[in-house]
Amino acid sequence: MNIKLLHRKTLSFLAVIIALGIITSCSSDKDKSSDSDELVTIDSLEIDEQLIKDVKSVKEIFYSLPSPLETAMILKQAGAKYNEELLNPTDNTSGYVTNKSMALNLGIYTTDLSYASLFDQTQATINYMNASKKMAEGLGILNAIDENVIERLEANINNRDVIMDIISETIMNSSSFFEENDRQAMSTIVLVGGWVEGLYIATNLVEDEVDFNNNELIKRIIDQKLTLSTVQSLLDENSDNEDVQMIMVNVNELKTIFDKIEITSSKIEPITDEETNVTTLKSKTTISMSTETYNELKEKVKVIRSNYIL
Amino acid sequence: MKKIYQTLIILTILALIPIYGNSQCKSFAKKVCKLELTPYIHDGNFNAAVLTEGEDAELYKTFYAGQNYRIYICGSGALPDIEFQVLDVSRNVLYDNRKSDYSRIWDFKLESSQQLIISLRVRNSEGETDELVSGCVAIMFGLKEDTN
Repeated sequence: MNIKLLHRKTLSFLAVIIALGIITSCSSDKDKSSDSDELVTIDSLEIDEQLIKDVKSVKEIFYSLPSPLETAMILKQAGAKYNEELLNPTDNTSGYVTNKSMALNLGIYTTDLSYASLFDQTQATINYMNASKKMAEGLGILNAIDENVIERLEANINNRDVIMDIISETIMNSSSFFEENDRQAMSTIVLVGGWVEGLYIATNLVEDEVDFNNNELIKRIIDQKLTLSTVQSLLDENSDNEDVQMIMVNVNELKTIFDKIEITSSKIEPITDEETNVTTLKSKTTISMSTETYNELKEKVKVIRSNYIL
Repeated sequence: MKKIYQTLIILTILALIPIYGNSQCKSFAKKVCKLELTPYIHDGNFNAAVLTEGEDAELYKTFYAGQNYRIYICGSGALPDIEFQVLDVSRNVLYDNRKSDYSRIWDFKLESSQQLIISLRVRNSEGETDELVSGCVAIMFGLKEDTN
């Protein structure tokens, strides 16, 4: 699909219209002497060829956090069990009335939804889809989760592939809605909410007296040190938003703890299986985390998450 | 004066692209790109932008051990080829699609979790043309449970 294929002549015409518009709007607010100042400024503008080149090749940067669906899959792959008591009760939805609390809990509920569905918890899946729907509606996300979605979910409740697809589409509808409506801060808050929920579930599923070096769930928790830098970059991009600023405080508290964890990784060697065409990125990682640091992390995550679901 | 004119044209393009492109980008990613991820499940994240030939983009993401991933770089049909590379944090190249005939799909898994950089660039059209080609480019991630 080609979104834009514009002839230079059309663009030139638009450029002239916009330029005239800018000049007209400026002159309406100023007296005649300032009009001439504007013209002098434009006439004396030095055009730097390099600048034009740089403007033309604007670089788009994306910071991608694990989606609620990925978080749930990581948990399951690491050997996590299902424990519904860890999830945010769906009765809490009526208490979320601010944009910040609804965005955080949209992330939290969609993570709970993904977690429940991966463990084939049919009723919980429907309940958490409804809870997510309420948060999405509260945030004004139109059609992210409409009645058709709920009906499709109920009709396919025993077909995990279809359910995964519905959840994936729901998450995408929400994130793209925020992008389209220039509400990236809200999108970031949703993702951070989901990320914290994943950390909360994971840290509460680790059994006591576990060997830190041989437990997959622990390894995935430690891996969040890598994701933390992406979380910070995303928050930094939206740091003019007050809600984001408050969440940055929480993330910085987590960073202080994650800084005590050491991860060292060997050089990555890509090896491709010619038969399957799947590449394995081979590398060895060593981790170092004390029991005290783990307990501190678990407690901090619990406190932050408690504040989010209040 | 000609240079000012050129600058205005560029600025106009840049101003108009997000307005007209974003909503169509979502629809494109949803209807066209998602299908190419099968049998992987789309993670649900929306990473898409309207890019013009010659423009580039980068995405930073942590990929986890134990998961199977598919990266699919989905671009509008009218766009020229899209170059994409996967780099580690030291910017060592782990994959370069120029060695695979500009394939837009790469399947991989990891022995240990890593933060990686997906770097892409829309190539310039060959030869002199009177048109600037822009289109939606989506970076899609598919997930599959490890059966090993």
